[in-house]
This record gives sequence, C-alpha cells and structure tokens, in this order.
Amino acid sequence: MPSFLFWLFAIVMLVFGAAVVINRNPIASALSLVVCFLGLSALFMSLDAFFIGIIQVLVYAGAVMVLFLFIIMLLDLRAEERRKLNWIAFGGGFLVAFSLLVQILAVIGSTRMAKQAFPPLASPQTDDVRSVGLVLFGNYNLPFQVIAVLILVATIGVIVLSKRQLR
Amino acid sequence: MTTLGDYLTVSGVLFAIGFSGVLLRRNVIIIFMALELMLNAANLSLVAFSRFRLGDDGLPNYNAQVLVFFIITVAAAEVAVGLAIIVALYRARRTTHVEDINSLKF
Repeated sequence: MPSFLFWLFAIVMLVFGAAVVINRNPIASALSLVVCFLGLSALFMSLDAFFIGIIQVLVYAGAVMVLFLFIIMLLDLRAEERRKLNWIAFGGGFLVAFSLLVQILAVIGSTRMAKQAFPPLASPQTDDVRSVGLVLFGNYNLPFQVIAVLILVATIGVIVLSKRQLR
Repeated sequence: MTTLGDYLTVSGVLFAIGFSGVLLRRNVIIIFMALELMLNAANLSLVAFSRFRLGDDGLPNYNAQVLVFFIITVAAAEVAVGLAIIVALYRARRTTHVEDINSLKF
C-alpha cells in the first residue's frame, strides 16, 4: 500500500477515535466509532489480512455498533449535562494516559526491528481465507470449540441478566 | 515505505486514546466504547507483526491472525454481556453515570 494511503487511513482512524472520547453525545460517539473501525479495517487490508479486515467490518462496524446504538436508543440517553469536574482526577487521568503514550512511543523508538520495512510476500496473491481456515481448523480446533461454548454461555447470561425477575 | 514502527505507533496512539477515554469519561457506555478501541489497537499490532514475521513459506504468520479472530469473537460476546449489565444497572439505578454508582466507595 502506498505510504500516503496508510497515513490517510491512520489519521482518519485516530481523529475519529479521539472523537469517540471527546464527543458529549453518545450517538455521535458511536457513529465516530464506526468510522474508526472502517479505517482500522482498511489498515488490516493494507497488511494483506483481508479476512480480518472483512470480519472487522462485519462484526464490529455491523453487529457490535448496532448493539451499541440499540442500547443508547433503549436507555434514551441524551447528551450529558455538564457536571462539576474534579480537576485533580481529570488531570491525574490525563497524566497517566499521556505517560503511557510516551512510554509506548519510547519503546517503539528504541527497537531496531521497528525501523525495518515489511518483507515482500512470496506470491502477491495470498489465499488469505483458506490459509486462516487451515490454521483455525487444524492447530486451533479445540480453542475454536471452546469459543463456541463461550458464546453459548454469553447468550444464556444475557438472557438471565435482562429478565426482569428470575423465578 | 511504511515500516513496522509506523503501524506500532498508530496502534500505540489508538491504545492511549482508548485508555484516556476509560480514565476520563464518566458515562458507562462511552467507557465501554473506549475499551473496544483498546482491544482494536492490540489487534492492529498483532496483524502488523503477523505480516512482518513471514513464515517459512513466505506467507504471513497466520497464528497471529487466528488470535485476532478469537479476540474479535470474545469481544463481541463481551459487548453483549456488558451491555446487558448496563441495561440491568439502568433499570436498578436510572443512571449510566459512574459517579452515581458509589456503593463500594470507601
């Protein structure tokens, strides 16, 4: 992928990611999150991970965000009214997040590996879905079944949680 | 050419944005969205490493992509359970503001 496309999608993703945190209206936050996930999926595709990119759009931008918007609608949330801000807590939280960012960037800057470009693939046409499927159903068959049980448990848990009273 | 460091930097900045959202925002739903941002930042760095360390056959390392697939699946289940908890919380307390939920506060 050309360099400018990478920076275009990266900056779009980061700007809308910041908009998720900055917006006071939950619906605006959720819609910014959709755009952020679409940019992220473009970055996945630039790394030749087409299957993950498609899954990102289908699961996150599709299913998860619809769930978020549905819950915001159900709870009828409006833009938050301004409350008295605890400036010490706000400043402390900002300081912790900022120092985390500085540490991450320092570690990346000091790694020799991070300055290397990506090696070219053996063939430009990767059979991406097939390769992921072979690994998934070969080496990772048991974790795959466990994940299926996890989703079943989550489904039952959601039904139990959202029942008004348990008998 | 884009390097591995570019992708890791973008992933780190996205993680920091999500982390600051968890720390600074007071609305439970927005905190939840910021958590999703952090999960996705981790996914981005995993996929970047999978493309960087090619396997013996010259293809990306698909173990990392399978891990990302599992993370996305677990995150989807987590969102469903978390939002059900938020709905139950809203029914009990009529609020999604974390400062109003302070029974455990010392």
